[in-house]
Amino acid sequence: MTVRATEFLRRAGAPQHSLEDYAGCLPRWCTGCGDNAILAAVQKVCREEQLPPEKIVFVSGIGCSSRFPHYMGSYGFHGLHGRALPIAEGIKMRRPDLHVFVNTGDGDCCSIGAAHWVHATRYNMNMTVMMHDNNIYGLTKNQASPTSPRGTRSNTTPRGSLLEAFDPLQATLGFSNLSFVAQVPDWIPDLLFQVIHEAHKHRGFSFIRILQRCPEFQANRWEPCMQDPSSVLILTHENGVQLSPVLARAYKNHQEHDPADLVEARRIVGTSEQLPVGIIYRNPNVPCYEDMRKPDRLYTPEDVKNGLNAELDKFTIWPRD
Amino acid sequence: MSVARKKYATPVSKPAREIDEHIVEILSDSGEGAQKCGQSFGAISARLGYGIWTVEIIPAEIQPPARSVDGASGNRIRLANRRITNGGDKADLAVAFNEQVLLGRLRANELKPESIILLEDKWRHSDDPAIAESYVAVHADLLERGFAVHEVPMETECLKIVSDPRKGKNMFVLGLLSSIYSLDVEAAHDQIRFIFGKKGELVIAANQKLLDAGYQWAEDNLDIKFKIQATPPVEPNIVVNGNTALALGVMASGMEVCAMYPITPATSASHYLSDVFEKVGGVVHQAEDEIAAAAFAVGSSYAGKCAVTITSGPGYSLKQEVLGLAVMAEIPLVVIDVQRGGPSTGQPTKPEQGDLLTACFGSHGDAPKVVMAASDIEDCFYSVITARRIAEAFNTVVVLLSDSNLATAQQPFPRPEFCEEWLAPPIDQSPVDEDYLPYDWNARTGQRRRVIPGQPNGMHTLTGLAHDRRSGVAYNLQTNKEGIRYRSLKLAALQKTIKAPTVLGDDEGEMLVIGWGSTRGSIEEAVQRVRADGHRVSSMHIKILQPLASGIREIMQRFDKVLVVENNWADSMDDELIDEDNRRYSNLGWILRARCLVDIDCWGEVGEQPIKPGTVERVIRERLG
Ligand SMILES: Cc1ncc(C[n+]2csc(CCOP(=O)(O)OP(=O)(O)O)c2C)c(N)n1
Ligand code: SF4
Ligand SMILES: [Mg+2]
Repeated sequence: MTVRATEFLRRAGAPQHSLEDYAGCLPRWCTGCGDNAILAAVQKVCREEQLPPEKIVFVSGIGCSSRFPHYMGSYGFHGLHGRALPIAEGIKMRRPDLHVFVNTGDGDCCSIGAAHWVHATRYNMNMTVMMHDNNIYGLTKNQASPTSPRGTRSNTTPRGSLLEAFDPLQATLGFSNLSFVAQVPDWIPDLLFQVIHEAHKHRGFSFIRILQRCPEFQANRWEPCMQDPSSVLILTHENGVQLSPVLARAYKNHQEHDPADLVEARRIVGTSEQLPVGIIYRNPNVPCYEDMRKPDRLYTPEDVKNGLNAELDKFTIWPRD
Repeated sequence: MSVARKKYATPVSKPAREIDEHIVEILSDSGEGAQKCGQSFGAISARLGYGIWTVEIIPAEIQPPARSVDGASGNRIRLANRRITNGGDKADLAVAFNEQVLLGRLRANELKPESIILLEDKWRHSDDPAIAESYVAVHADLLERGFAVHEVPMETECLKIVSDPRKGKNMFVLGLLSSIYSLDVEAAHDQIRFIFGKKGELVIAANQKLLDAGYQWAEDNLDIKFKIQATPPVEPNIVVNGNTALALGVMASGMEVCAMYPITPATSASHYLSDVFEKVGGVVHQAEDEIAAAAFAVGSSYAGKCAVTITSGPGYSLKQEVLGLAVMAEIPLVVIDVQRGGPSTGQPTKPEQGDLLTACFGSHGDAPKVVMAASDIEDCFYSVITARRIAEAFNTVVVLLSDSNLATAQQPFPRPEFCEEWLAPPIDQSPVDEDYLPYDWNARTGQRRRVIPGQPNGMHTLTGLAHDRRSGVAYNLQTNKEGIRYRSLKLAALQKTIKAPTVLGDDEGEMLVIGWGSTRGSIEEAVQRVRADGHRVSSMHIKILQPLASGIREIMQRFDKVLVVENNWADSMDDELIDEDNRRYSNLGWILRARCLVDIDCWGEVGEQPIKPGTVERVIRERLG
């Protein structure tokens, strides 16, 4: 195995960040909440990449999942319900040096913030977006979300929800300028880590739908999947997710999937009986908006003065000599 | 600058009548170039040293049907022998490319009785009998009503020079006006070169020829000639409209990110900025909606220099939740609201100052923010610079109000001299102390030091939730109260630095007229007119509307009556149902009554056009009793 650069530095005794460096306030999620697992995986990714905590920003909306930044030891911006993406875009625009992560819920992303999600995909700014999909509104205590399966009983659908669940994967595979889509459950830590890690390494807008357990309001939602590994289809690739021998034994349904293949990605997502897990689509060649819009050089006050004066010249009436 | 520094001679052809000022309107169907003609006429006049104020006449639709009464597109130019601060009252002269657009202006009562009308005569010979009939009838009616109507064969004359007179008539008209107002033809030629410079010599020459033809036609056929004394400028001036001035202000303020979503009448500021911002290292981001634009700006401000978002009323409403966040998290932000007629889609191209209360008290919960307004074109430029500085000094939201009156009006002002202090300093990336607190509120002023991502040891999560000094979620009431108190104190700290507005006229008297924003010119002109009659009336214009400076109450108390004049709604006491208990005051009327406990009167108008000095004058005289 080749030695990764960070690993090399670590061995060489360069300053090292430990997991604690990425820990913030004590999480207040319910016991058994899948968000805890996501937090652990994310902190491991940060350590693996040895990201300087001051160079990381976690941006979130509002929801249980959006409390995430508080629990990180990095910079964080706990924003508004649905608006994490435009805030993150604003942050990234002039700060390519910052590692930007976004935590958003299924309501946050697919309902109130849906328009921003479509356009964030289009802008393709370099950031890692985790959509914590618990199929329910957690923070506001049990209302149906767009991704709730039909028949979900909640406080706003006491006799069962009537509409077919919204499929975020099918939707996102239809967005223009797509560059990275993955799906992973929170309860397979190894895969969760791998997917978030790959998403972070991808240069562009990396969207991960994380199937997240909410024992409080969706107690048995993912139970069948967890009990029955054959309900899951793991997509592996040499440049994507790889199965450890242990996992390969437990999860018999796995197939090679080239993330570059959009048609196959759509086919899998649209027709698979099982829950696809892994990197569904990836295109490393989509240009990033912040690169297209970055200043061509450093602008000094002198440059601003000259630029302004050149404009003023266009409108100036000079006195007669 | 060889072109611009040329000396212009005053042509002497036939005797001209000396006048102090004139208001000219140029009216056409949209797409016929009346606006370009008007702007050029204004620019030439400014260059020669006249005081000018130009107002765009804009139909609501992009392509209203041809020859429609509501479809007038064009320009009003007020030119005078002194500095001019508003579009004035009724027009003295109108040039109309058809009789219908003229009818629209007549119905709106925008022309003086007996004013001069130059009318394109081609409709008299129209193949369509209905058109010819309408033209003949209107023409006769105008004469009947005492207007000095002159028919001008614009199309016939232009066809001698160009094949498509729709594209050339406006320069012919510019020639007519140059003759009528004794403007130097060379200056007009230079202006044509300036406008058409990119299009090449042939186009320039053709347009100059059209201009000469118009000039000559007027010399040969019209017996109207005026002369207004010009005061040639001794300093360089710039001529732009309010929106361009705002955009130049953004460049000059050192801001680097403008996030916006198109909306009339704010859009042209972003159009211009999109074209030029990158030349000083800035970027305009057209977001997917106004919420995203505001959120994008907040994100940019949080991670770097203060950003700006530009919008108009409906978009401003959409941004409210984000503004609450910026206030709560104490992120600097400049929001420019170029107001339009509301509510809802309202009157997108018409002036109104209806957003003041929303600006001061909008969002939700206790969301103190700074609100200021630009009162003329020059002020649009400098206000952005001030707004950015206040936003960054106090880590707060500054709302800058302009309106569609200023957005499209042009007025020369001294060319700004760049000053490095206008710019935001580079962002701090130095390490902070280990025990640093993100909300280390100053006990007296509520201010705090803003730490920006990238600064070692500064890591914290900023939140829209009530928070403590560590930026941790405030789970107890006391902590929340502390934050609210400090955010409010910041306004008080700023307020201590604001000077009371100056009074135009005497410090005491019969009446004080108070205004804000774009009505300044009209109010001051009206006050000067009644003062000339011996009335002891003064005026005061308020620039920073929140927080209000100290001393305003004391000034008001020195006058028998106080009248607030605004371009927004105020119930009239003449309405049968309206009394002191249910009267809805104008925006600033409410604020000043509440703030100063002075029983002030107000007058507001929402209409098609900017408030005229004559209207304010009438109201003052009425209320003086
Ligand atoms: C503008 C606005 N509307 C509504 C809310 C209330 N609200 C907070 S979180 C939330 C839904 C959260 O659901 P989801 O995004 O799925 O996150 P989860 O709590 O499940 O992680 C709602 C409706 C709000 N904070 N702001
Ligand atoms: S309500 Fe559900 S999503 Fe929210 S913390 Fe509890 S388990 Fe997690
Ligand atoms: Mg949810």
